Amino acid sequence: MQILRYAVYRFGTMLLTLLVVSALIFAIINLPPGDYLSNQIAELKSTGQSAGVAKAEFLRKEYALDRPLWEQYLIWVGFAPGPHGFSGLIQGNFGWSFEFDRPVAEIVGDSLWLTVLVNLAAVLFVYMVALPLGVLAAARSRTWVDYSSAFVGYLGLATPNFLLALILFYYGHRYMNLPIGGLMDPSFEGQPMSWDKVQSILWHLIVPTFVIGTSGAAAMMQRLRANMLDELGKPYVETAIAKGMSPRRMLTKYPLRVAFNPFVADIGNLLPSMVSGSVLVSVVLGLQTIGPTLLTALRAQDQFLAGFVLMFVALLTLIGTMISDVLLVLLDPRIRYEGRDA
Amino acid sequence: MTPLLTVENLSVGFGRADPVVRDVSFEIMPGQTLALVGESGSGKTVTCRAILRILPRVARIHSGRILLNGRDGPRDLATLSQRDLRAVRGDTVSMIFQEPMRSLSPLHTLGNQVAEVLWLHRGASGGDAKKQVLDTFARVGFPDPERAYGSYPFEMSGGMRQRAMIAMAMVGKPDLLIADEPTTALDVTTQAQVLGLIKELQQETGMAMILVTHDLGVVANMAEQVVVMHKGRVMESGAAAAVLGDPAHPYTRQLFDAAPAIPANPEFVPEPPHDDLILELKNVNKTYTMRAKSSWKAQVLIRACRGVDLALPRGTTLAIVGESGSGKTTAARIALGAERPDEGGEVLFKPERGSAAIAVHDLNRTARTAFQKQAQMVFQDPYSSLSPRMRILDALCEPLEIHGIGSSSERRDRAAQMLAQVGLTSDMLMRYPHAFSGGQRQRLSIARALMLNPSLLVCDEPTSALDVSVQEQILCLLEDIRDRLGLSYLFISHDLAVVARIADEVAVMRQGLVVEQAPPETLFHNPRHPYTKALIAAQPTPDINRPINLKLVAQGAGAPESWPEAFRFSETVVPSLMQVEPGHKVRCHV
Repeated sequence: MQILRYAVYRFGTMLLTLLVVSALIFAIINLPPGDYLSNQIAELKSTGQSAGVAKAEFLRKEYALDRPLWEQYLIWVGFAPGPHGFSGLIQGNFGWSFEFDRPVAEIVGDSLWLTVLVNLAAVLFVYMVALPLGVLAAARSRTWVDYSSAFVGYLGLATPNFLLALILFYYGHRYMNLPIGGLMDPSFEGQPMSWDKVQSILWHLIVPTFVIGTSGAAAMMQRLRANMLDELGKPYVETAIAKGMSPRRMLTKYPLRVAFNPFVADIGNLLPSMVSGSVLVSVVLGLQTIGPTLLTALRAQDQFLAGFVLMFVALLTLIGTMISDVLLVLLDPRIRYEGRDA
Repeated sequence: MTPLLTVENLSVGFGRADPVVRDVSFEIMPGQTLALVGESGSGKTVTCRAILRILPRVARIHSGRILLNGRDGPRDLATLSQRDLRAVRGDTVSMIFQEPMRSLSPLHTLGNQVAEVLWLHRGASGGDAKKQVLDTFARVGFPDPERAYGSYPFEMSGGMRQRAMIAMAMVGKPDLLIADEPTTALDVTTQAQVLGLIKELQQETGMAMILVTHDLGVVANMAEQVVVMHKGRVMESGAAAAVLGDPAHPYTRQLFDAAPAIPANPEFVPEPPHDDLILELKNVNKTYTMRAKSSWKAQVLIRACRGVDLALPRGTTLAIVGESGSGKTTAARIALGAERPDEGGEVLFKPERGSAAIAVHDLNRTARTAFQKQAQMVFQDPYSSLSPRMRILDALCEPLEIHGIGSSSERRDRAAQMLAQVGLTSDMLMRYPHAFSGGQRQRLSIARALMLNPSLLVCDEPTSALDVSVQEQILCLLEDIRDRLGLSYLFISHDLAVVARIADEVAVMRQGLVVEQAPPETLFHNPRHPYTKALIAAQPTPDINRPINLKLVAQGAGAPESWPEAFRFSETVVPSLMQVEPGHKVRCHV
């Protein structure tokens, strides 16, 4: 009950944060002078193409770019009526991309879900690799298990992602016949979901997951190991041994539970760093994620597209932190009972 | 009768270094209590942990046998396989550790952690185990066992946590209990109650006990057999009455002399009245507001200090004594200006004889800096109050740098001079704190406090983290410095025996109120207040014929509502401090 209340409260603060973030994003995108259309108009005028100018002027009016900034913002979010009534983010209209000359929703479309998919897979990979290795390295600290896992971990941290991607592609293709590039077989693109398409996506996911997840897993593993080692020195571990518990049971029940906290708290941080960190990898691997699109949009000052993508990344982050906060409350009674009179 | 446990020629070492426990032998009969006594570093803890082989990974049992003749028949714990050893741990032999605050997992309920013993060793089902645990909780003195079962350790006080630890050790009905300094981290009154509880449980179940302690007073109250250890070797062993009554070994005698004791027959010395007060607390109140957990509930007010009036004459020592949470540290913080008293309270400080008194809490910036130079503090924990990354020289000179005093060579000279004052030598200036023992570190903290040439020193439990013999040295040093430099001390402690020797005046605090105030001789000779009586009674003395009077402790240390009518106080009705004889004040209704 208490937890439900906390979750609702956390959801409320998340919405508020999102609102603030939207204002910040809008302000930052509009920091450089002019906008996509005014730049275009200036360019057209200087080359004397007056026909194009008229169309651009029309678009400026159509998308309310001629109004003051604060009004543009309200219209973009959907708090104020634009030239065609309320039609902003909260109404589900993501705007128009000038660069691609198509609605944002259409451009982003599939790649939105593919981004979520790739990053979720990477997060899962990070946790599945880091958890057992970290615990093992701590339990067998200063033995060959510890040293070799640390060695592999540092290799993972130190190798540049794109290099790892290229190497994996080469050898994966050569020895295991893994596909190169993309997130699905080109024949499935634009097709409705089917079992074959799912299989193709999963098959294509292997290398990107590995590439994006390796450095995160290495860092996470080292952190978990350090946390575990700290906990292993605490008196309550001795108490557990004095009770006659077997080492494995003791390890998983006591120190791991405590060392788990920072682990869970990291979920929130992991998501954004992966989204932004995977841009380069996506370019190299030719993944149809949102990363490359964001890069183009930012360069071209394509404000609605860039704004939407940034909002999406912010949303992912906020959801991540919300999940980890709620999980922490579930896991740790000290946080749960904060303020309760003892 | 065969002994329950026989330790023969036990040697334990870390890695390849020389053994830290050498050739230790002793035996315990069923139902008996054996005390392992010694200072830190004497090897007593390693010895008791070696019995269950709960040792750091680098430690090795070099030689020796540990024969246990429990309910499962005779076996040698030193060579038992890990698997069989696990069956012994927590079942035939269980253990209580020193720090109740950290020896329980913060993330699991008490019930879960205690019932685990039964799950592990008895294969007990959930409901069955719970019933037994609830019985044990009730037995060790939890007022509401059901509630305790579902509570987390951080919701409990130190004494209650140690009771939970005892319940955990007792629930498997062991033949032998190993208690490693079980009460060192507790208040005197709580210590007395916990010791009483252990003794009662022992009589009920007939288990034997190994009690590891540095406190001869605790030994006198608990043990039949004593083993005195020093530097890993047994110095003296035998029946408690014999060892305590007539210590044969010089080291044992040394331990005896160091143990602070409340004087049995003090002579009464009436203090001359003082007019030159260096520090005066007038009507100091401090109320903290706990944030309420939800906005529609009333805020919880905690009254840390209530109407505290104290005066410290120049050149003397005023001690504030009380349990944790009594408000003694808050009073000291207010006296130092670190905290502001509630409206109406006032702290006056007179830097020199005859000069005008200044109000500590109404100072401008420069006057405040000047005051801070005059009043310095010595902290409780010498291990954490010195930065491990600073050389002693830098740590000592830092106060001078902050106040911009002297050139760097002058500062250095002063640092060397202060080290000499506290009995250290100037060649130690370039070392880091880790190269010093606990007692030496406390000397360093004192030297640091003296660097600015203060006139007032606030000592916050300066000896409670130290061994008895080291404590003795530090107290001597503090007395010596006070008389040599003409300092005045405000001395905070929970230990009446420590205060007995150093203080000129003692104020006993309970729940934010000063309940009794007198010179120590008067206080110990003629205590009037039930809480003072409890504090004195709870003090373990190294005399086997003077056991702790648990009834007196329980009565005085209980809630104020349980005191005799004349002394009771509540949130609203508080009796005033009455003068019962010259220089002796007691808070009671007339």
